[in-house]
Amino acid sequence: MGEVIVVTSGKGGVGKTTTTANVGTGLAMLEKKVVLIDTDIGLRNLDVIMGLENRIVYNLVDVIEGTCRIRNALIKDKRYPNLYLLPSAQTRDKNSVTPEQMKKLADELRDEFDYIIMDCPAGIEQGFKNAIAGADRALVVTTPEVSAVRDADRIIGLLEANEMKQTHLIVNRIRMDMVKRGDMMSSDDVCEILAIDLIGIVPDDESIVISANQGEPLVGNDSLAGRAYLNICKRILGEEVPFLDLDQKQGLFGKLFGRRKR
Amino acid sequence: MGFSDFFKKKGTGSIAKDRLKLVLVSDRAGCSPEIMEQIKNDIIAVISKYIEIDLEGLDIKITQMESESNNGTVPALFANIPIKDLKSPKK
Repeated sequence: MGEVIVVTSGKGGVGKTTTTANVGTGLAMLEKKVVLIDTDIGLRNLDVIMGLENRIVYNLVDVIEGTCRIRNALIKDKRYPNLYLLPSAQTRDKNSVTPEQMKKLADELRDEFDYIIMDCPAGIEQGFKNAIAGADRALVVTTPEVSAVRDADRIIGLLEANEMKQTHLIVNRIRMDMVKRGDMMSSDDVCEILAIDLIGIVPDDESIVISANQGEPLVGNDSLAGRAYLNICKRILGEEVPFLDLDQKQGLFGKLFGRRKR
Repeated sequence: MGFSDFFKKKGTGSIAKDRLKLVLVSDRAGCSPEIMEQIKNDIIAVISKYIEIDLEGLDIKITQMESESNNGTVPALFANIPIKDLKSPKK
């Protein structure tokens, strides 16, 4: 029986889609059968981040409306044997789908997949309600900025009100050099403010941009972000993995090499 | 926490944290600025029946304070109401 995970944030541009792509791909690498669902109807993006934009035939709304079978709309990622994408519709709007329909869809996929991962749109309106409707657990993505953290707090409140069973925090795009000099909130600061459990810390890493350019998730590669995402996947599977010591890296290497950059 | 906190205070990160803590208290309480304004006006009306207060120096906000049972912080309504004249009961 599969688990449904929603990746959400409130604020836009904090890395929901990147997180969905990397966590989903990572879980597939760890031999789980995974389907990613882009629930951002009208602003489809997960397909380009995954590099699958040229293979779309049917979309989420087609499935909901019964134009096609789920099976026909799922795009198989040829790079990983267990990874599928259900793309969103680009020319429709959020009200084309109801939370009840999304829940039904998610439940139908539970039999076949270990993980069903919903990429939630920004905001707290219909699209958000659709994305969380069938979810068992939520990953709340935020960056260490006042606006993102404030919105994350609102989202956490709404998830609680909707009786989400498990909610975890991912602090994305952290810059240790700024944290060290006191000009950025640390992941501990953000965690303390939001008062939920942390499941991942992802550094601000230019390899994320490069990976998006190429349409290839970077999870599992040697970059700090790639390692951070794989660790998140392992924690989702229940493994206890210590957080990457981004601080240490900056502390030792930063002293030797980091300063030269300035 | 003392020593490292002392140095951290210089950065804008701690300003962000402090500002967030404050704004989230009122966000979580579902207390809009309009409702705060109404509460403030009602408090002024009640107290003014008995005491003359300094409306300029009046400050009412929702903030956080240490819980007495020592389990973290709890939201509290903080009111600082300077008294102008105690001796004028009933305005």
